[in-house]
Amino acid sequence: MSTTLRELLSNDPPAPAAIDAFISGNDFPLVDRSGVTFVFRGEADAVLLRCWIHGLPTAQLLERVAQSDLWLLRIDLPANSRIEYKFEVVRGERGDWITDPLNPHKAADPFGANSVCQGFGYERPQWTLPDPQSRPGALEELRVGSASLDVVSRLFTYVPARFRRSRRYPLLIVHDGEDYLRFADLKTVLDNLIHRLEIPPMIVCLTQSADRLREYAGDDRHARFLSEELLPLMRMKYPLLDEPAGRGLMGASFGAVASLHAAWRNPGVYGRLLLQSGSFAFSDIGHHRRTPVFDPVVRFVNEFRAQPGEPSGRMYLSCGIYESLIYENRSMVPLLTEQGIQVRYEEVRDGHNWENWRDRLRTGLSWLFPGPSWMVYE
Amino acid sequence: MKWRAQFFTDNCRLTILYDFSMPDVVFLGPQFQEPILSQALRRLGVDGPLVSISAGWQEREGEIDELSSHVKLPVTDLALYARTERVFAQDPELHGAYGQRQGRLRRLQDLYRLRLAHAKDAARELLERDGDPDLLRHAQRSAMHTLRLLDREHLATIEREHATFRQDLRPQQRASVIPHIQELRQQIESAAAVLVAGGHVAVLANRLRLFDLQRLLAGKTLLAWSAGAMALSDYIVLFHDHPPQGAGNAEVFDAGLGLLPGVIALPHAQTRLALHSSPRIAMFARRFAPARCLTLDHGSLLHWHAGKLTAASNCWRLSRQGVLEEVRAA
Repeated sequence: MSTTLRELLSNDPPAPAAIDAFISGNDFPLVDRSGVTFVFRGEADAVLLRCWIHGLPTAQLLERVAQSDLWLLRIDLPANSRIEYKFEVVRGERGDWITDPLNPHKAADPFGANSVCQGFGYERPQWTLPDPQSRPGALEELRVGSASLDVVSRLFTYVPARFRRSRRYPLLIVHDGEDYLRFADLKTVLDNLIHRLEIPPMIVCLTQSADRLREYAGDDRHARFLSEELLPLMRMKYPLLDEPAGRGLMGASFGAVASLHAAWRNPGVYGRLLLQSGSFAFSDIGHHRRTPVFDPVVRFVNEFRAQPGEPSGRMYLSCGIYESLIYENRSMVPLLTEQGIQVRYEEVRDGHNWENWRDRLRTGLSWLFPGPSWMVYE
Repeated sequence: MKWRAQFFTDNCRLTILYDFSMPDVVFLGPQFQEPILSQALRRLGVDGPLVSISAGWQEREGEIDELSSHVKLPVTDLALYARTERVFAQDPELHGAYGQRQGRLRRLQDLYRLRLAHAKDAARELLERDGDPDLLRHAQRSAMHTLRLLDREHLATIEREHATFRQDLRPQQRASVIPHIQELRQQIESAAAVLVAGGHVAVLANRLRLFDLQRLLAGKTLLAWSAGAMALSDYIVLFHDHPPQGAGNAEVFDAGLGLLPGVIALPHAQTRLALHSSPRIAMFARRFAPARCLTLDHGSLLHWHAGKLTAASNCWRLSRQGVLEEVRAA
């Protein structure tokens, strides 16, 4: 417990002026080496911490301090952890889920925003922040009609700075590409890693599905779309390396399932896979215990686990240890390495969220597409 | 004055041979942002046409519009990268032998890297260990000696590969190469100074070697930055203390042109080296002593005239004591 909090609690009940001083004099939540204290101030019947850490309850009650309007909850949190959370503020029969009013750190995702608790020692990597020295790449918008999916899709292509047609580039196709741009700063990351020569200049195709829970769940039509429609279009528009090691698929959650499935359906096409927090649910026996949207995923993953083949020569997988998918991702590693696939697997103290996926991009991308930093001194 | 140093002698003493033909050499840090090249040219009093070597930029070779507008002088690129492509197209025998040599060099580098990883781990652990000072000192010296021996052996192996290639192929006496050398000689002679840009250091060093630039550049005023500075030094050391993959062990890669001996150029040192780590600095400096390991970052400038350092700014030397010492002109 922090000294300032201990001082505050030494008066029972604490005076409103003392609470004001405590609130204005600290950053929240209060983080120390072994844990974190969440703080809420306001009138309520109950306040709950809502977070999604595998192994902990999804709702934990904050405790009111004496008769004041100050609420506290302390939890253990190992160093270098990062968690996202909300408060549920209950007044009468109504419970409102809100971000932490005292915490300016927020992380956006397609469903809104969460407050971010950065545990002791966590620092946002510098390469995820805009660097004025990095030459910016460009985003080009494309529309592609798909007979396989019976839709016209909008997609963006990242074209690196100093692009020239006389050179051939690796291609990376990203699932949920616009979300990666918005919530994981993918363009900034690409600009920085290319500038630092940690990855080569590459073409990155950012796809976005309007029906991802169906198309990304091990759907053969999506795999056909990627390999028979999108890939030829990319080859026509851009000078690409013509070898599996120069072609990659990437995705998080269901996007990782879609990436693995497309590569598995087209062996020898995609030599590089970057799979983050893959929703690789499976059942060894009986029925799985997840929601019905996982039914096709489980069918595919069960089939894959029975006959993995060699979907790709080199793969990077990552998963947060606070995710419910940690078991499934860990299980994937020995299966893949037994096929002779070069696998790099990372676990971090984080959850199923975009900032986790952002923070892993340097290791993942440079493992799959090593840049020339060792040889080039500009 | 040109002076040539012999490194890696068994007793590590510096042997210096003097050659009074090297007037001015300037090493600079990276020039792609806030360049100071024009300032360096003014300092040298250079106001005539220039030639540039941008082979390290590979397929971007010769894209020197920004460079020309910065220096406000006519610049002609020597197009070593493009010339090499033409030579290879015209001379399949040379091209084939070159490819084979590069393959052998890559395999040798892999073998050296493997041995280096173990030797460096041992040296690093010993340098950071506490214990009986007398016993430890002996072990540390021995580990460092092993590391230096390994570097020395590797460089000798690389040089043997180059010597065999020169002897077997005689590249500078081939019909495919001779006209280029003649043309390059004329272009260089008519220039007031030669600019050597950075980029891919192996590509650059190989092109310089193929067209005998060591001889052609003798006596010229040279301004080189980043990989350009590395390639003009005695030998090329690759380094990155915190790469995204791998251990990041600095490694001897190849011999340079030896036009500025006694110096190991360390471009982008602020981002590539753990300059806050005293043990790492000490180890780097001890490993490559007696060469002076000098940082070249944005704004760095080192000017040698007749072999003497006459100006230095924003440049640091890695010392054997593990600290950074500001480089000062004599």
